[in-house]
Amino acid sequence: MNRLSILLIIMMSSVSSFADWEVNMPRGVSPTANAAYDLHMLIFYITVVIGIIVFGVMFYSIFHHRKSKGAKPASFHESTTVEIIWTVIPFVILVGMAVPATKTLIMMEDTRDSEITLKVTGYQWMWKYDYVEDNVSFFSKLDNKSNEARQLGSKIDVNKVDNYLLNVDNEVVLPTDTKVRILLTASDVIHAWWVPEITGKKDAIPGYINELWVDIKKPGVYRGQCTELCGKDHGFMPIVVRAVPRQEYVKWVSLNQKNRVADKSE
Amino acid sequence: MSTNIDHIKEEHHHQPSGLMRWITTTNHKDIGSLYLWFSLLMFFIGGFMALIIRAELFQPGLQLVVPGFFNQMTTMHALIMIFGALMPAFVGLANWQLPMMIGAPDMALPRLNNWSFWILPFAFAMLISTLFFESGGPAAGWTLYPPLSLQGGNSMPFVIFSLHLLGASSILGAINVIATILNMRAPGMTLMKMPIFVWTWLITAFLLIAAMPVLAGAITMLLTDRFYGTSFFTAAGGGDPVLFQHIFWFFGHPEVYILILPAFGIISTIIPAFSRKKLFGYDSMVYATASIALLSFIVWAHHMFTVGMPLAGEIFFMFTTMLIAVPTGVKVFNWVATMWKGSMTFETPMLFSLAFIILFTIGGFSGLMLAITPADFQYHDTYFVVAHFHYVLVPGAIFAVIAAVYYWLPKWTGKMYNETLGKVHFWMTTVFVNITFFPMHFVGLAGMPRRIPDYAVQFTDFNMIASVGAFGFGLSQLLFVYILFQTLRQPVTAADKSWEGAEGLEWTLPSPAPYHSFDTPPKVD
Repeated sequence: MNRLSILLIIMMSSVSSFADWEVNMPRGVSPTANAAYDLHMLIFYITVVIGIIVFGVMFYSIFHHRKSKGAKPASFHESTTVEIIWTVIPFVILVGMAVPATKTLIMMEDTRDSEITLKVTGYQWMWKYDYVEDNVSFFSKLDNKSNEARQLGSKIDVNKVDNYLLNVDNEVVLPTDTKVRILLTASDVIHAWWVPEITGKKDAIPGYINELWVDIKKPGVYRGQCTELCGKDHGFMPIVVRAVPRQEYVKWVSLNQKNRVADKSE
Repeated sequence: MSTNIDHIKEEHHHQPSGLMRWITTTNHKDIGSLYLWFSLLMFFIGGFMALIIRAELFQPGLQLVVPGFFNQMTTMHALIMIFGALMPAFVGLANWQLPMMIGAPDMALPRLNNWSFWILPFAFAMLISTLFFESGGPAAGWTLYPPLSLQGGNSMPFVIFSLHLLGASSILGAINVIATILNMRAPGMTLMKMPIFVWTWLITAFLLIAAMPVLAGAITMLLTDRFYGTSFFTAAGGGDPVLFQHIFWFFGHPEVYILILPAFGIISTIIPAFSRKKLFGYDSMVYATASIALLSFIVWAHHMFTVGMPLAGEIFFMFTTMLIAVPTGVKVFNWVATMWKGSMTFETPMLFSLAFIILFTIGGFSGLMLAITPADFQYHDTYFVVAHFHYVLVPGAIFAVIAAVYYWLPKWTGKMYNETLGKVHFWMTTVFVNITFFPMHFVGLAGMPRRIPDYAVQFTDFNMIASVGAFGFGLSQLLFVYILFQTLRQPVTAADKSWEGAEGLEWTLPSPAPYHSFDTPPKVD
């Protein structure tokens, strides 16, 4: 009994120390990311059930209807009834998936009534952020430590670099519990802006302005990456969003507004 | 048997020998073999590139290649595998099998057939040569999205011209397939009596003719944008980068089915043979194949849900994409019903076919998940997508090709492969293919984007597993080559009908099949 509990503790601790073995989509911190997660799990479970049934029948057949067990082949080779049934049932299941999916999609694409607007512009290979109403604007690119470590033959142990490849010099700061509209465009080639825990991705395309909205419910730091191949350093243009309570955000804006104005006058 | 071979020699004493025999040949079997060997060569070249990718991704940090070269590898790996390994493999199988299956002496247009093969080596020599350019090969992904592809070096016009050639080759091949099937069937073989592999190829050929010119148009516009001052796809000149994606995927999605429909045909041939029972629901199989082909032209934008389409567009493409699950489901159910109450044995072709059904269906499930637009905003351009399409193309399309080769090899050569080695090859391939591609679902869901040469450290463990699997998979295919050569060295011993449950006209011919399959058409009732 004692030994068993020790074994269990070891197993539990080894599982937690291997937190890297993440196998699923992270749960979100915004309504859109949560809705995507729920839909993902719903469809996943439906496919698992279908898979178990279909493969179950198939393996039953493989084990029982084999020649080595003396199985004699039956002669049936069609049945209109059965074929209609297994055309209609999947169709009904699909309708069952399409209803929640469409509802979620309509919710995600509704960018009305946003309180602040963040314009994101993709460059090779960095992001530019403009807070349209608050007059703050800056570039954000891979932080220096990651950048040094990622060079071919750098001899730096990337495991020791803080948030390797997912850290930037200037973080995006957004208020929590606020509907933020994000406008996306690009200056050179197509990029895509993605922070899994707060929103699905959308492309930033030259000549286009795409829209997204987020409403972050939990303060914290959320990381993401460019997800549209944009040239040699596509893998090295991360996104870091720091979500802070409203008052803190207002403070951050006033501080940075001043700084940027001062920068310009230099 | 020896009289048969003498007969062949006698009949063709006027033919050139050596290399010239292969360059000038108009025989469907010779050309089929050329296609298949060429495909195998390309499979290894493309596979070698995949191993460079997996070696770099074995651990975080850059150890082997610079990011620019990494992008060239992902781009070339895709182009070579799709246009060099898979498509020629299926055309090779069509060349060997169609005349034998419909009771014809050869393909309808033999000189065209020769030409459509011999375009390929030139096209690929040009494509691969770009890797040795100072500015390197293409690096914008096989989808060649502008504006990025317009930034490419000198390789771009060469890549585009070679794609034009490949498209021309495919269209010529498709015309030949359609002409053969529609004109050269044995008396009595109505369309609804054709073997299912013939049906799937007929439909595939129409897809090729409809889709390849669209690709040619898109890449020609890229070419004029780059060199002749047009701005079809450049926003600065009033063009539209997203337009390219629409045109490309209008080709690209039918292309996906070009790679899988003949595979369906192969599986629908092999499952009944080793279940010793007729294919369940032949008619619905034909209708399902045709529906998949028609649907393939109205689902293209599901590859680009994130470009910011209007809501109505997103909903339309989500629904049409989900609909594909219905005919595909019918096919899987029919295969299972074919096995049901059969009398199954598990030779190598059957094993590969069973693995196909399970693993292709897993790829189908992830495809269904990807069709759900709101969830796709999370999956899009991550390793989840990479896992999805490798599941449908590797244990999907490639397994079907391997199964077909094992199944028809005795008919082609008159020699039986070593069954034990075949089974070892199957188990190694199946285990490693899953070790390679299954973990990609996990890292994709956890947030790893595709087409990156380096990644954040939390993705390390599963990437290491995938890389180990990839090398195992690559090595297992050397065993396949060994099995092929070992078979070819054996004496001719195979029976005319090599498998107890095999059906079709090809099994009425001697093994190896005579040079001109049917001199007099057989009668089909």
